[in-house]
Amino acid sequence: MPAVQETIDKVKAIDVDQYKYGFVTDIESEKGAKGLSEETVRFLSAKKSEPEWMTEWRLDALRRFQQMEEPTWARVSYPKIDFDDLYYWAAPKSVEGPKSLDEVDPELLETYAKLGIPLAEQEILAGVEPKNRVAVDAVFDSVSVVTTFKEELKKAGVIFCSISEALREYPDLVKKYLGSVVPVTDNFYATLNSAVFSDGSFVYVPEGVRCPMELSTYFRINEQNTGQFERTLIIADKGSYVSYLEGCTAPQRDENQLHAAVVELVALEDAEIKYSTVQNWFPGDKDGKGGIYNFVTKRGDCRGKNSKISWTQVETGSAITWKYPSCILRGENSRGEFYSIAVSNGHQQIDSGTKMIHLGKNTSSRVISKGISAGKSENTYRGLISAHRKASNARNFTQCDSLLIGQDCGAHTVPYIESKNASAQFEHEATTSKISDDQMFYCLQRGLSEEEAVALIVNGFVKDVIQQLPMEFAVEAQKLISISLEGSVG
Amino acid sequence: MNVSVPINYTQAESDLIDRFEQRKADLPGSVAVAALREAAIRQLREKGLPHRRVEEYKYSDLRAFLKSAAPLAEKAKLEDLESILSNQNVFGDLDRYRIVIANGAFVAGLSDVEDLAKEGVTVSSLQDALAGETGAQLLTMPKTGQDDGIVALNTAFVQGGAVIVVREGADLSKPVELIQVATSSGSQAVRNSISVGKGAKLRLLETFVGDTGDGELNTVFDYTIEDGAALATTRLITGKVSTARLFTSIATVGAEAEFKSLGFIAGSRFARNQQFVNFTGENSEAKIYGVTMAGGEDLADQTLIVDHAVPHCNSREFFKTVLDGRSKGVYQGRINVAPHAQKTDGEMMTQALLLSEEAEMANKPELEIFADDVICAHGATSGQIDEDLLFYLRARGIPEDEARTLLVLAFLSEAIEEYDEEDVTEGLEERVRDWLAGH
Repeated sequence: MPAVQETIDKVKAIDVDQYKYGFVTDIESEKGAKGLSEETVRFLSAKKSEPEWMTEWRLDALRRFQQMEEPTWARVSYPKIDFDDLYYWAAPKSVEGPKSLDEVDPELLETYAKLGIPLAEQEILAGVEPKNRVAVDAVFDSVSVVTTFKEELKKAGVIFCSISEALREYPDLVKKYLGSVVPVTDNFYATLNSAVFSDGSFVYVPEGVRCPMELSTYFRINEQNTGQFERTLIIADKGSYVSYLEGCTAPQRDENQLHAAVVELVALEDAEIKYSTVQNWFPGDKDGKGGIYNFVTKRGDCRGKNSKISWTQVETGSAITWKYPSCILRGENSRGEFYSIAVSNGHQQIDSGTKMIHLGKNTSSRVISKGISAGKSENTYRGLISAHRKASNARNFTQCDSLLIGQDCGAHTVPYIESKNASAQFEHEATTSKISDDQMFYCLQRGLSEEEAVALIVNGFVKDVIQQLPMEFAVEAQKLISISLEGSVG
Repeated sequence: MNVSVPINYTQAESDLIDRFEQRKADLPGSVAVAALREAAIRQLREKGLPHRRVEEYKYSDLRAFLKSAAPLAEKAKLEDLESILSNQNVFGDLDRYRIVIANGAFVAGLSDVEDLAKEGVTVSSLQDALAGETGAQLLTMPKTGQDDGIVALNTAFVQGGAVIVVREGADLSKPVELIQVATSSGSQAVRNSISVGKGAKLRLLETFVGDTGDGELNTVFDYTIEDGAALATTRLITGKVSTARLFTSIATVGAEAEFKSLGFIAGSRFARNQQFVNFTGENSEAKIYGVTMAGGEDLADQTLIVDHAVPHCNSREFFKTVLDGRSKGVYQGRINVAPHAQKTDGEMMTQALLLSEEAEMANKPELEIFADDVICAHGATSGQIDEDLLFYLRARGIPEDEARTLLVLAFLSEAIEEYDEEDVTEGLEERVRDWLAGH
């Protein structure tokens, strides 16, 4: 079945030539020297006044990176990246590390206002608690500009700051967890990131604390020929909870820009991390010119018993996306979730999916992925579900649907399902009819059609998260979730 | 990576290269065939045997498995052949025609050439055909599977096989068994070319008897199913063989035609059944089934690519795997839908039952879709025997062993029944029971 008109219209509304965040902020900035070398790494490290061990850590990564070959297995094609023709450091001149809001360059504040990111901490009106207060860490090119609500979070014991600041203030915590989920040599881009990462967010939620507000980071690439390499590290200590949102945009430029991030999540016993992304990097123009190369390594480690990590992503941007948010389910009874909507248009190429690696007993995971391709784009779901020998009673449910709009695009599904334990029960579904029978029954009984019921249930998960998004483009995301599943293929 | 790096050959790879140098002069075929053989061996020299870094062999590392390669089998002695054929009979008293390939070569004397001719089927020797003007055409491949390492190995060494041509409109009264025999140890490289003429119908049974010792078995079936024709082929990969058994099907399916196949693997140390199906005409259908049983240290691999290059074709893939001991099951299936292949209907299901703690299953059901008006779905499951079902049966007085057998049989039979070839259903279920009794 072909896609319904309603869906086609909705996808058109977010077509590449409709990109709204393509403006450039005219701000004086400082750049490091071009090229990837030991000097670049030392310069970066010095710029951020990092401890000696960190510099060594980076240099080690660089040496390993120089031995590695660029991976070619993903279904994406692009001209070879010249890593020596990139800037690895660019920062607005007026910023010397994040400071209080009053000191931030108004030009920057305006940029964020234009993007719909409220950087001013809302005052609490007498007796009225604003409903969704969100603490924001705003990263502009290579530096964190400002982090809001820091004081209030501190009262709750939550550490939320840029990773550069964390390296200075909490080196022991960083040292303990950095690289423990995504090892330095995990893959080509993660190794590059380890060598040259510039900034990113650091979150530590102490034992038993439920983070009082949503945390979020907003990434903006502004400079030309600059790679953005951010590193995010989130640690949820025993029994804690945190919900984290990530958003990204970039100006419209003719050249491709590189974004190679690493995100590491650690959930200890009974902790829960919810990580949501709305990725809206510049996708290139309608002829496929320009756009961001988004090569990202995201991985969560459910280290403790009963821990839970949930990834939600809405992907509409980037010329090329190469991204597999994963969960290592190490702790007993731990749970991993992955919900994704990936929309590709124009000449975009998306190769995305997840890995659920079941190591512990009674671990469970759930994967719901929807890919929508239009224009001349390619959209691939690539996922791995694996149960290791000791993962008794592991459970997985996977559903991945894709929808094609037009004849020039492609949708592909490449699932790997590996079971090394007889009691592991894996289901990989591509049909849209089998969600939970109970939920279906409930909806059908109330007069919804099967199709409506499925859409309601699948999107229900996503909607929850999307509606929390403080950013203006949540509107786009909202539009997407009402997209019909009609005509989708497995 | 297209960069060719000199590789350190494994023992098996050096054996194969040496074997080629020694035997190339007396392998059958024209000058053009010899050139194809040279090109195929060059592929081996450059890339080595397929290994786990080659995506299609990710789970079945032939290079690591094959420790050595035995010389090609010598010509079979008639008396040995007759005694094996009279002692080993896979399909019991099922009424059927027989075509015999022994130690890699077609044996006209033991094949029902004349009876088949009366039904409109000509059967001849591939080793003779390779020497003819059109010999090289018999070895050319369609796009899917073109650079496959196993097929290349077959091309390099092919000793012979059968060329079967079913005349337009012929509808055979009984199935044809293509029986491959090993009377002595040694490797075999066989290629069979089967063409089913317009509107004709053929039911084929592909079996193997004997023992190749330490020699590997590499057999390629090239099917051409013309417009309106139908081919049903049941392939049995059974018996205890200590080394690799590699089977490849290449099917070209014309318009309004039907291709149906069942690949049955029971107890092979290393078995790979790979199928490449190409649709060339509209309104056709391919139904591909797999029944796999593996125990001990076995590796059983069912791989297929269905290429929907034209609109309005249906394909159905249904695979069942039962694993015991420390065995490993592999299913890799891919449905390709080309940009203008609208109204394609593809459905793929793979299910695995793990009977032991140490067995493992790798499922990879892939879809590659470039057309927007299609219905394609796939599913994959893996798990163990349902304790509730077991309890239900035991509560009714059925002993545990028997209850398990019943459940496994029921699980596998689903595919056999859907394959729906009455002639063979019973024989196959018998094989399942045999296998279960041995485990």
